[in-house]
Amino acid sequence: MTETRRKEDRASGSIRAAIRKELAEDAQQDNIDGIDTDNVEGRPVIEIEEVSLAFDQPILEDITLSAKEGETIVIVGESGTGKSTALKLILRLLVPEKGRVLIDGEDITHLSFEEALKVRQKMGMVFQGAALFDSLTVFENIAYPLREHTDLDEDQIEERVRQKLQFVDLEPDEVMEKLPSELSGGMRKRVGIARGLANDPEIMLYDEPTSGLDPLTTGTITRLIMKLQRELKVTSIVVSHDIRSVFKMATKVALLHDHKIVFFGTPEEMSAAEDQYIRAFLGQT
Amino acid sequence: MSELILRLNAQAKSTVLSIQEYFTLAWNSLRFIFARPFYTQDLIQQMDEIGVKSLGIVLLTGLFTGMVLALQSSVQLQTFGATMYIGRLVAGSMIRELGPVLAGLMVAGRVGSGIAAQLGSMKVTEQIDALNTLGTDPIKKLATPRVLAALIMLPVLTVINDLVGIIGGNIIARFMVGLPSSLYWRTVWEQIMSGGFTMRYIPNDFVQGLTKPLVFGAIISITACYFGLRTTGGTEGVGQATTKTVVTSSILILVVDYFLTQLLLSVLQTQ
Repeated sequence: MTETRRKEDRASGSIRAAIRKELAEDAQQDNIDGIDTDNVEGRPVIEIEEVSLAFDQPILEDITLSAKEGETIVIVGESGTGKSTALKLILRLLVPEKGRVLIDGEDITHLSFEEALKVRQKMGMVFQGAALFDSLTVFENIAYPLREHTDLDEDQIEERVRQKLQFVDLEPDEVMEKLPSELSGGMRKRVGIARGLANDPEIMLYDEPTSGLDPLTTGTITRLIMKLQRELKVTSIVVSHDIRSVFKMATKVALLHDHKIVFFGTPEEMSAAEDQYIRAFLGQT
Repeated sequence: MSELILRLNAQAKSTVLSIQEYFTLAWNSLRFIFARPFYTQDLIQQMDEIGVKSLGIVLLTGLFTGMVLALQSSVQLQTFGATMYIGRLVAGSMIRELGPVLAGLMVAGRVGSGIAAQLGSMKVTEQIDALNTLGTDPIKKLATPRVLAALIMLPVLTVINDLVGIIGGNIIARFMVGLPSSLYWRTVWEQIMSGGFTMRYIPNDFVQGLTKPLVFGAIISITACYFGLRTTGGTEGVGQATTKTVVTSSILILVVDYFLTQLLLSVLQTQ
C-alpha cells in the first residue's frame, strides 16, 4: 500500500467516524430515536425499474430503486447526474424511454396527461426554491390544492391550513396573510412543505430542501422531514447535496454517478463502503 | 456540405415542432373553455387586466388616429370639394381596418408582453411545475382564462377604439374644417349602411370590424402564453420571451389582417 493510499484511508476513516459521531450527537440533541434503517417493512410505494432517459445525451441509465411505505430514500450525487430528473419521472412530468415507474403498484409510464394529474394528487412536492405562487398569500398557497381537489368548505380549509402551518412550526396568524416575498428563505421552504402536505399525500418529494439555507435553518428543515416520516409515516424521496442531513434522515441512500446508481443502501452501509468513488464523494462533500 | 444539410434538417424539424406546439397549445386553450373546472375568478381578473387596464392607451390611440385621419382626408377631399365625405372615410377606415389593427397592436405591446413576462417568471421559478405537481393543468389554469379574456375584451376595446376615433374625426371636421356634426354623423351612418348586411341586419362593416379583433385576441394571448410557458434561462429568458411575444404577435396581426380581409371581402361580397 502506498503512502498516498494510507493517507486517503486515514482521511476517509476519520470522515466516517465524524459522520457516525455527528449522527449520535444529533439523535441525542433532537431527542429522536433515530430512523430505523433496517426494519422498514411494508409494500413498495415507489418503484423505478431499469429506467433510462436521454435527451441530446444520456440523463439516466438503467436506474432501479424502490421505496417502501414510510421509507425516506435520499438521492445524492454530483451536480448534473440526473437527481432532479428522477423526481420528475416519479411525478410523471417526464416519461422514460425505457423501463417502468410504478406508484402503489400502478405503472404510470403510459398514463395520459389527465390520468397523470390524478396520480400526482397522491404526492406532495417541495421545490428547491419553494415555488410558492407569488401572487397568492401563504394561506391561498396552502389552500390551493384543497380548493382544487376537495369539497371542503372555507372554514374546513382554514382549519386545515392552520393545522399544516402549525405542523411546520409556523404561527398561522403571523404568516397566513403574508405574500411569499415577505418571508425568509427558511419560512418559504416550510410553507412549501405545508402546501405539499395540504392534501395529506402518501408520498413526499423534496428537491434540494436545504440548499441555500444557513446551518440552523437546514437543521430545522431536516428535523421537519424526519418529523413527517415519524409522525405521518409518509414515504419520501429527497434529492440533496447536504451529506449531514442525508445521514440524519435517510433510511436508504442512492448515489448517482455517471447517470447510474452506483450505491443503494443504508447510510451505515454507505459510510462503511470501501468503494473508491463513494469514499471520495463523502470526503469531497 | 453534408453538415449544412444536417443543420438545415435540424432547424426545419425544430421549426415544425414549434409550430405543432403552438397549435396544440391553441387547441387545448380553446377546448378547455368548455371543460370543468372553470376558473371564473381568474377570467374576471384577466378581463380586468386585458380590457379595463388597456382602456387608457386604446382611448388615446383611437382619438388621435381618428383626428389625424380626418385632418389628412380633409386636405385631399378639399381638392375635389368633397369634405362632406370625411365622416365616411374616417368611419370606413376605423371600423374595417385601423380600429382592430391598432387596438390589436396596442394590446400586443401592453398585454402580450405582460402575459409572457408573468408566465415566463412562473416557469423559471418552477411555479408551473408546482401547478403540475398539485394536479392542475397549467394550460387550463393559466392559458385558457387569458385566451378567453382576450377573445372577449379585444372586440370590446376595438368597438371603443372605433367610436373614439370617429368622435376624434368629428372634432376635426367640426372645428377645423367647419363641417356640421349632423352632416358628419349622417355620412358615418351612410358608410355603415352602404357595405351591405349579413343575415339581413348586421352591417358587413361590423362583421369585418368584429371578426378581426376576435382573431387578433387569439393571436396575442396564444403567442404570449406559448413564449411564456416555453421560457428557459432565468431572467434573461423572461426578457427574450417578452420581446419574441411582442414582435411575433405584431407581425402575425399585420399578416393575418391582410389574408383575413381578403377572405372576409370574398365571403361578404358573395352573400
